[in-house]
Amino acid sequence: MAAKGEAWRAALLSALLLAVLLGAWEWAVKGGGGPGGPTVDAELAALLSPAAAAGGQTAMPAPSDIGARLVELLRDPFHQRGTNDQGIGIQIAWSLWRVMAGFLLAAAIAIPLGFVIGMSPLLNAALNPFIQVLRPVSPLAWMPLALYTIKDSNISSIFVIFICSIWPMLLNTAFGVASVRKEWLNVARTLEAGRWRTAMRVILPAAAPTILTGMRISIGIAWLVIVAAEMLVGGTGIGYWVWNQWNNLSIADIVIAILMIGLVGLLLDRALGLVARAVAWQE
Amino acid sequence: MPGMGGAARIVSIEGIARRFPGLTVFQDLWFHVDRGEFVCLVGHSGCGKTTILNILAGLDVPDEGGVLVDGREISGPSLDRAVIFQGHALMPWLSALENVAFAVSCRNPGWDKARVRDAARAALARVGLTQAAERKPAQLSGGMKQRVGIARALAVEPKLLLMDEPFSALDALTRGTLQEEVSRLVTEAGQTAFMITHDVDEAILLADRILLMTNGPEARVAEVVQNTLPRPRARANLHHMPGYHPLRDHIMDFLITRSRTLAGKPPEGWDSRRPPVVVPAEA
Repeated sequence: MAAKGEAWRAALLSALLLAVLLGAWEWAVKGGGGPGGPTVDAELAALLSPAAAAGGQTAMPAPSDIGARLVELLRDPFHQRGTNDQGIGIQIAWSLWRVMAGFLLAAAIAIPLGFVIGMSPLLNAALNPFIQVLRPVSPLAWMPLALYTIKDSNISSIFVIFICSIWPMLLNTAFGVASVRKEWLNVARTLEAGRWRTAMRVILPAAAPTILTGMRISIGIAWLVIVAAEMLVGGTGIGYWVWNQWNNLSIADIVIAILMIGLVGLLLDRALGLVARAVAWQE
Repeated sequence: MPGMGGAARIVSIEGIARRFPGLTVFQDLWFHVDRGEFVCLVGHSGCGKTTILNILAGLDVPDEGGVLVDGREISGPSLDRAVIFQGHALMPWLSALENVAFAVSCRNPGWDKARVRDAARAALARVGLTQAAERKPAQLSGGMKQRVGIARALAVEPKLLLMDEPFSALDALTRGTLQEEVSRLVTEAGQTAFMITHDVDEAILLADRILLMTNGPEARVAEVVQNTLPRPRARANLHHMPGYHPLRDHIMDFLITRSRTLAGKPPEGWDSRRPPVVVPAEA
């Protein structure tokens, strides 16, 4: 009961903080932004964005404007009217598809490879220098190389997701496999369980929580990187959409995009969190 | 003992040694276990007891000498030599039943799931754990976990049951109950067993022969004590049995003083293959 009451109070406080924040923002834009705030020429403002034109003062939209714009966007999130007018849902779907493709490809390579590295101290030592050098490289640094060799912007951004999400999964899998308790391996040996059976029935479940932690880190990084990658590559995706709205100076859309990116990232993390809980074990 | 053994001999340890640079833990160690016999190895920590058990299990390799099981030299772990580990070594992601079923399916790869589960259930029933079959190790008490460990070891119907201080992590009451349980199970099945312990009463309750080891380095089996106390033995009346006190005193004296004074270089005319046999209970 106490924990439940605590949760309610925390939720109430969160709501209060949000209300104060939004209220202050609304007031700063609509009420207090008068003489002191950045002024915009009325004609320019009209060109720039509806919010700026309506306020007459600034391109920064108030929360109420953003809310109205959000309703407008969500009324038809999947519309497609030409290359530069596609719904926000379509854009997010594009980004998600790239992230999933790159991430799953990385998992398909990193988990088996990490398994082998974790089981073999020799391979671990031999591959470690490569991993240590490649891991800290910003995934976007790969982009020109990817564009040059692959020549397809869509596949290039998938490759960038792949290259950034492979390292945490590789390292975590190798670490998880290498630190499986000796006594469980001894049990498997005395039962003559064989290599494959030991790998699937003992090592994999023992290392699963560590592997899942790596996957969660990877998907988080992948979702961070896709926005930047799409800003560079353009065409489709939520990153491209943000850049497009910046070119239109429609700040409300950018704020909405930030919110959406945050929410989708949260959902991705939660989804893997559920899987992690399913494979978790306690001593 | 002369002549390599006859049909009764199931295990022969022949001149095994464990050496580290500048240190010989034990060397020239010879002993045997006969079919249906219960042998305990008693000694202080540091004399290489666990190493000896691991060599018997095939988890470790001696630096010299070898181990014969049924007249054939062993080359690794085998289902014929089941181990009850000191720290139960259950897999925490599997239920009690699944832990035992894993062992059963390793022993009988051809069996279908239902048959494996039935056999596992029967093995758990023999240690009185029918009710707790679906629980994970984390939800079991220390004694129950070790019962699952016993059920798992017995479920593969080994020729030799190996136990490495299996009850040392348990509280005194639980330890007593489990000792009687193991005594009953081993007697019922005519199971050959080899156990390492430093609990004198445990050795007297369970063993037919008790090997007394001197302190390391260069540990050796200084004496073989014949336990002539009649079976069945129960903890409740063990200390009332005639011969119990001389037997216990003899082993205690060994552990307190002679394990130390006899340590190091063996005396003149020492035959490592035939350590002196004593029968204190008949004195």
